[in-house]
Amino acid sequence: MGSYLTAFLVGGLICLIGQLLFDLTSWTPAHVLVLLVVAGGILGGLGLYEPLIKFAGAGATIPISSFGNALVKGAMAEAARSGPIGILTGIFELTSAGITASIIFGFFFALLFDPKG
Amino acid sequence: MAMKVGSQTFTFPSRPVLTGWATVSGPKEGQGPAGAYFDKIFPDLTMQQKSFEKAEQLMMITAVEIALEKGGVAKDAVDVFVAGDLLNQIIISGYSALKVGAPYLGIYGACSSFCEGLFLGGLLVDGGGAQYVVAATSSHNCTAERQFRYPTEYGAQLPPWAQHTVTGAAAVVVAARGSGPVLELATVGKVMDLGIKDPYNMGAAMAPAAADTIFTHLADTGRQPGDYDLIVTGDLGRVGRELLVELALRQGHDLSANYRDCGEIIYSREQTENAGASGCACSALVTLGLLFNQNYRRILVVATGALHSPTSCQQGDSIPAIAHAVSIEFPKGGQ
Repeated sequence: MGSYLTAFLVGGLICLIGQLLFDLTSWTPAHVLVLLVVAGGILGGLGLYEPLIKFAGAGATIPISSFGNALVKGAMAEAARSGPIGILTGIFELTSAGITASIIFGFFFALLFDPKG
Repeated sequence: MAMKVGSQTFTFPSRPVLTGWATVSGPKEGQGPAGAYFDKIFPDLTMQQKSFEKAEQLMMITAVEIALEKGGVAKDAVDVFVAGDLLNQIIISGYSALKVGAPYLGIYGACSSFCEGLFLGGLLVDGGGAQYVVAATSSHNCTAERQFRYPTEYGAQLPPWAQHTVTGAAAVVVAARGSGPVLELATVGKVMDLGIKDPYNMGAAMAPAAADTIFTHLADTGRQPGDYDLIVTGDLGRVGRELLVELALRQGHDLSANYRDCGEIIYSREQTENAGASGCACSALVTLGLLFNQNYRRILVVATGALHSPTSCQQGDSIPAIAHAVSIEFPKGGQ
């Protein structure tokens, strides 16, 4: 079970990695974002991300690396149920709520508000 | 008729006169050290327009109208309108030209557009039979940042060498006759590229171009840096300015006495984020707003531009840069 302390330490560590990538390389925010998602996916595929979530709770689920883990987890679970095609159909299974919410909220906020700079 | 001196410098023997000019800015620039001299300061970035692009267009049109009024020139007397901005297909200039209604030449020199416009204005008046040429340029923080880097609303973290695109527009009337500051000569720059690929590091990308243009200008004219009351570069910012001073020292030129960068002047110390300011309007606002109101006899304005596009950066290409220099004399001293 995660505690406040482990969540703070692990979440902070992931953010530190992201910040160091900004400061020490010439990568763009998009590069760093994609790298963290892919890293979370690889760790998830190797079965290492779930133990991290058990240990750190929100410290591991809130950073974007958790999104990569969720993509792989969904694909693997569906592949186990319905074969190789499940890799494609399952990839957004666990993340569909978040993705759909961002599209719908994005749509309504764009309708309601003007950019302010 | 303009004459070539040395390898890249052109003199204007008929001495074209800058009879009217105008500076229009956004709120942040208006609060800066040059703000007191601006003709119009908009209190917010949208300027009551539906888009930031329309706001930038409003700034350019306003600058042109004020410059014409101050120069005592009617819109239909303008022989050529020369304008450039930062946006794709230089749309601000195109839409503004529609409203100005004069024959139009669109230019793209990125942030070097101010000096490129002055140079072309000088050429057209000196040898092209034009009586009045209006040169204009503009930039807007929210349009330029969105196009070249990220929309400002996205809140991307900026590195310490990033610069803040100036929101503003400026226009100058270059006339065959009249009184005012004189376009003496201009040096057209060559494109330089030493391999900088970071679209945030404009200062480092542009410093070699600025150095090359300044050294060529001095060699062509046989002048020393001290022959100018002030040498200013357009928007190198802190990083680029330091690099230029170092490059100059290696070439045996000491610029420490009278060289400054507009990107470090336009905002006060408290306003300055990261390495300073950039944008087409940066050199134009500082030169026409602040420098034209000082007691100078002769200044060299070196507007610097980065000639990359978002696509070229995404494809990993390095950033080519250019700088054009214009020498301006003040027959009556400061204004």
